[in-house]
Amino acid sequence: MAEQLQQLILDTIDREKEIKDTRTLTIPGDAAPATSQEAQLVVQGALNSLLSKEMVTYSMQEAFAYALTQEGNDIADKGSHEAVVWSVLPLKGQGTPLSIKDLKQKVGDETAKIGQGRAFKNGWIAKEGDGLVKLVQSIDDTTRNELAEIRATGTLAAGEKAIAELRKRKLVQQKKLLWFSAQKGSNFSTSLDKLETDLTAEMLQSGAWKTAKFKKYNFDAEGIPPNGGALHPLLKVREEFRNIFMEMGFAEMPTSQFVESGFWCFDTLFVPQQHPARDLQDTFYVSDPPESLSPPTDYYEKVQKVHTVGGYGSIGYRAPWSDADSRKLLLRTHTTASSSNLLWRLANRKGGFKPVKMFSIDRVFRNEATDATHLAEFHQVEGVVADYGISLADLIGFMQTFFKKMGIHNLRFKPAYNPYTEPSLEIFAFHPMLDKWVEIGNSGMFRPEMLAPMGLPDGVQVLGWGLSLERPTMIRYGINNIRTLVGHKVSIDSVEKSAAVRF
Amino acid sequence: MPTVAVDKEDLFERLGQSYTTEEFDHLCFEFGIELDEDTTVEVEEAVKKGLPAERPQLKIEVPANRYDLLCIEGIARALRVFLQKQKAPVYKLVEPASMLTATVSPETAQIRPFFACAILRNVAFTPRSYASFMDLQDKLHQNICRRRQLVAIGTHDLDTLEPPFRYEARPPNNIKFKPLNKSEEYTATELMNIYEGEKHLARYLHIIRDSPVYPIIYDKQDRVLSMPPIINSEHSKITLDTKNIFIDVTATDETKLNIVVNIVATMFSEYCAEPYSIEPVRVVYPDGRTVIQPDISSRRTTARASYINSCTALSLSSEEIASLLERMSLEASVSPSNPDEIQVDVPCTRPDIFHECDIMEDTAIAYGFNNLPRTFPTTSTVAQPLAVSKLSDLVRQEWAMAGWVEVLPLILCSHDENFAWLNRKDDNQTAIKLANPKTAEYQVIRTSLLPGLLKTIRENRKHPLPIRVFETSDIAVKDKSAERQSRNIRHAAAVWCNKTAGFEIVCGLLDRIMAMLEVPRIFTHTENATHGYYLKETEDPTFFPGRAAKIFYRPKGNPPYSESQMSQTPSGSGTAQEAAGSGPIAAVKEAVSAAVSKLKSTDDVEIGLIGILHPTVVEKFEIPYPCSALEFTLEPFMKEVPHIWADDA
Repeated sequence: MAEQLQQLILDTIDREKEIKDTRTLTIPGDAAPATSQEAQLVVQGALNSLLSKEMVTYSMQEAFAYALTQEGNDIADKGSHEAVVWSVLPLKGQGTPLSIKDLKQKVGDETAKIGQGRAFKNGWIAKEGDGLVKLVQSIDDTTRNELAEIRATGTLAAGEKAIAELRKRKLVQQKKLLWFSAQKGSNFSTSLDKLETDLTAEMLQSGAWKTAKFKKYNFDAEGIPPNGGALHPLLKVREEFRNIFMEMGFAEMPTSQFVESGFWCFDTLFVPQQHPARDLQDTFYVSDPPESLSPPTDYYEKVQKVHTVGGYGSIGYRAPWSDADSRKLLLRTHTTASSSNLLWRLANRKGGFKPVKMFSIDRVFRNEATDATHLAEFHQVEGVVADYGISLADLIGFMQTFFKKMGIHNLRFKPAYNPYTEPSLEIFAFHPMLDKWVEIGNSGMFRPEMLAPMGLPDGVQVLGWGLSLERPTMIRYGINNIRTLVGHKVSIDSVEKSAAVRF
Repeated sequence: MPTVAVDKEDLFERLGQSYTTEEFDHLCFEFGIELDEDTTVEVEEAVKKGLPAERPQLKIEVPANRYDLLCIEGIARALRVFLQKQKAPVYKLVEPASMLTATVSPETAQIRPFFACAILRNVAFTPRSYASFMDLQDKLHQNICRRRQLVAIGTHDLDTLEPPFRYEARPPNNIKFKPLNKSEEYTATELMNIYEGEKHLARYLHIIRDSPVYPIIYDKQDRVLSMPPIINSEHSKITLDTKNIFIDVTATDETKLNIVVNIVATMFSEYCAEPYSIEPVRVVYPDGRTVIQPDISSRRTTARASYINSCTALSLSSEEIASLLERMSLEASVSPSNPDEIQVDVPCTRPDIFHECDIMEDTAIAYGFNNLPRTFPTTSTVAQPLAVSKLSDLVRQEWAMAGWVEVLPLILCSHDENFAWLNRKDDNQTAIKLANPKTAEYQVIRTSLLPGLLKTIRENRKHPLPIRVFETSDIAVKDKSAERQSRNIRHAAAVWCNKTAGFEIVCGLLDRIMAMLEVPRIFTHTENATHGYYLKETEDPTFFPGRAAKIFYRPKGNPPYSESQMSQTPSGSGTAQEAAGSGPIAAVKEAVSAAVSKLKSTDDVEIGLIGILHPTVVEKFEIPYPCSALEFTLEPFMKEVPHIWADDA
């Protein structure tokens, strides 16, 4: 049908030079000219097809037509309220007059109410006793007839005044009607070529591509999304951090130990046993298995001693010591527990201490109330440099280079407190969007009370720093709620759409 | 970090100058405290609207180990010294003609053995300094005192009391007094019940509740001063008009006891008629030991200029270091015998100084962290990833390229998600359980990646089908042989969710990664192959009957998994079979022997499971579509990375 209509349009234009008013066309298969809006939309479809082949041009015109409201349609179907009322009454003298109550029952409240008035006014009915009767044998239901005419033609021969009356009664409303004028286009022809949409292998083989006409391409249309998978945005940022570390010669530290003991997570780091970080409110403790095996005895005794009575030039915490607290199992609150273990092994390796640069990025756990920026789990990025004679200046200079690789150029350092580093420096970066300095990480030189019991040689300094992986990722992807980044509530869609990470 | 709210106008008056918010923020930053908030704007707006408003405050975060900065008195003192507007004050003990005494009874050893006191004479409080005095005690109680658990402070109007004092511990029914802000006397037993309903005190009751004896302090006339760590008495309470203050401190260790009494006494001694003077008290312990309290003497230590310079990359003279240390309230002078040595007198207000490195840090702060040279460490090393990370990344890349989406669920989950919802039984041999989670979401460390994947699918039910997600990450299981009684295992898992279950699709994903790892498939007709993987049908409650298989791996040549290793490190840990109650070792052995009989190989290792998830499992996870799943351990596929050093084992 679509092609027939297109052919009709082309033929009509060919014959008459143009189509002034598409409402004069009769769509093939229809009985009457295409005067309705629906029919005109079909015509527009055909015109658009021809337009895309530049065979015609057309302009859109507007006209107003009248259409029936819901109530108008009902009347056109069933008759006016007054006609309905009239139809159910007995003719005067030929039966028992119908009481108002019975009338309402028969035709409904609304029809009874409106119909009565108009039927009286028209002289169709009269009151007899408590009831109503017909006065005339037959009526002419003008309202219904007029509505039927409007429904069929969109207008009324009786003229605007009658229409205005019907509009007042909310039976008729004005409707916009689109119609079109069409002229020849630059490629006008009466023969309707079938346009090709795509170049095919058959065309190449047969050579048909040389003569085939191709449909004009819509370059505004989006392509079809590829079927590939996607990596998670946080882990893409992790990869970028790994790359930065590797570019700087760092080896990855083993961290596959979610469960740590109080000894490795805190004691070895010279975190006092009464430190708030070890509270139940902050740390997840493990109930099963019940406790760790004994740590290496020699090292354990040295650690205990430096806490309780000092040593290596330190006065120590001089506080009570609990073996049970050391043996408590817990979920690591920082990957520094693994770093500490590795530094101890490094100090005691067969070939003796060797300078190292090491990093890790892995999950840590905090038993904190969760909110938009805190989850019970997050990733810690950590770097450690151990060598003879390195200094605070190295730490600061190194931080500068490290963060520069992430596009952060403006750093400053604030003195801070951390039980296992001295000095401890909070790293602040200027955030141009927030227009203020924001804390982006922590750093410091590990304390002698931590390093000396491990057996690291004199003169070896260890620089360390840490930051969360989530924070820079949230900044990178403009994420405000961490739950939309980590955890099962993350939408797969957002994973699929997250951009590549280029700091 | 504790936050201290100080009156802005008072602080600037003490500092002898006004600062803009920005200037003050900068001063704080350099000194190592942090201006959290300046309420000036807020207060001005309230005043403009005619609302009641307090005086503008500065809210300052101070390091958790600087108890001397927990009040305006201490902050102002430290900053004035830092700004070189004054020298660090010298605190002194002023002994009266006859020193007051306090005796400690032996019973206190059962509950809170250490006792200290101090007296501040002729104090003149203003409403704001009085409030600061109360606030300092509260700050100390919340920080170093660990919510009064380790140390508790009481302060009293000395003029209402008659020395000597006695620190005792008595059964609660033998204690009766009128506590602060009550009009009647109660026994300690009654008080414990009454305070149960008073939120601010209820949280301290547990410290002594179950002890047979409670700590209690009396004066000569048997009047109660305090029942530490719960409440003081009404009788001796201090007011704005109190002139002479008696401070009592009780503790479970002597170090913190001394720190706390010193801080309270030194901070508020500035309001004494003779500023910075403190009257000592003689405390007699049951063993006859006598201690003059408080001990505010400074601690003499030395720091080497060479050490400080090597740590900071500076080349300061000993004199320069000494003068920088003076700005940090540390009395310092160059040793007459060794020009490299600086003698430092650490005042009793700086218990955060343990070691020469703390003095080095103070030098660096006074010099300015941001004025230090910036160098780059010359440490030359070789970069190296971990074998497990390389392998994980390989799987992640391959699976993402194959069209699967990586997700990142949490490692902690509920017990039900890890067991019951997967139709698995907990035999208490695998999963690590948490003692103190705040919600049921965090009861165990997952022993399988499936719960997280299934929860992710549940939350993404509206995503167009098929949903195909994977994760490559650690699970953790108990391990009796390990020091921390557990170990992590790197798993890879994937779930396919569509209108049809699609076993062959997850199977294809397995085939693909094995092909990439150069592990060939072993078929029935190639069952004598020396290397490869194969599936073997199994019954597993997580999976639909007849649609589940174990994945077996036959290592090349010398297998990385010998029989003895396997009994320590069952690769099937966390799988349904093990959880079903047969025990990990038995399960693996059984699986292995079954494989042996069929495939005539002794080295085959069960590495995981594959199958269509049981309809009751997807129902538990509220997924309205069938799912197929795959999970296996990556451990046998790790490729050793080269050692960095030749002498590495």
